[in-house]
Amino acid sequence: MDKKKSEKVKKKLKNSTVGIAGLGGLGSNAAISLARAGVGKFVLVDFDKVEEKNLDRQYYFLDQVGKLKVDATKDNIKKISTNVNVKTFNMKLIKGSMEKPFKDVDVVIEALDNAETKAAFIEEILTKLKDKPIVAASGVAGYGHSDRIVTKKLGNLCMCYDELAKSSDDDILMAPRVILMANWEANLVIEILLGEDK
Amino acid sequence: MSIDVNQKSVEWVENETVEQLLKRMKYTFPLVVVKINDKVIPKKDFPVSIIPDNSKIVVLHMISGG
Repeated sequence: MDKKKSEKVKKKLKNSTVGIAGLGGLGSNAAISLARAGVGKFVLVDFDKVEEKNLDRQYYFLDQVGKLKVDATKDNIKKISTNVNVKTFNMKLIKGSMEKPFKDVDVVIEALDNAETKAAFIEEILTKLKDKPIVAASGVAGYGHSDRIVTKKLGNLCMCYDELAKSSDDDILMAPRVILMANWEANLVIEILLGEDK
Repeated sequence: MSIDVNQKSVEWVENETVEQLLKRMKYTFPLVVVKINDKVIPKKDFPVSIIPDNSKIVVLHMISGG
């Protein structure tokens, strides 16, 4: 192992803050991956409670059913490292003020589910927090076709993108593909925080 | 007299708005992020934002799922 690189990465991630909008299939899994990677600070935003039907793809467990997703994800992060600062907002993101919880984070992850909300959120971050990098995902439904997924970079917007996937309204959501995209988002966050891996 | 839309060369139409271009391209998916020459166009400006000749336009659609 490259010890010098490892130390540098550890230090940088420890001092980084990642904001996550939505703690469903994308957000709950991305949070865990980033916590394992060593990200030191999180801002988590979600309005929902854990339901049994979420367990097919979201990072929760039977004994967490009924808990707020922000609290359940915070608990899960703390099971990986107690030395992580987690700020939670149990709230719905409302058009016009969606950027507010994310003002002080280094990178924002869009991990919402509804297409309209996803697009509105990206637009608000890009137009109101002009220097804020945002990582988003579109096209998570279905299974297979891993190699159709690409990264689209547009200035501060980085998208994990499958233009041929169907909407989840007309398809199914399954753990492998949703978690693949959640980790794709997490990997993009790491790249933004550390710069390109050379 | 052409513009680049998602890496396709498309004829430039004078005084065409973003909204009209999306219609012409038959981009009917529910919602999109539109950038003209690297600048994000807010949705409310789609009916008034005019596309300049030689522009590079990127249209990304968001679909549900997460």
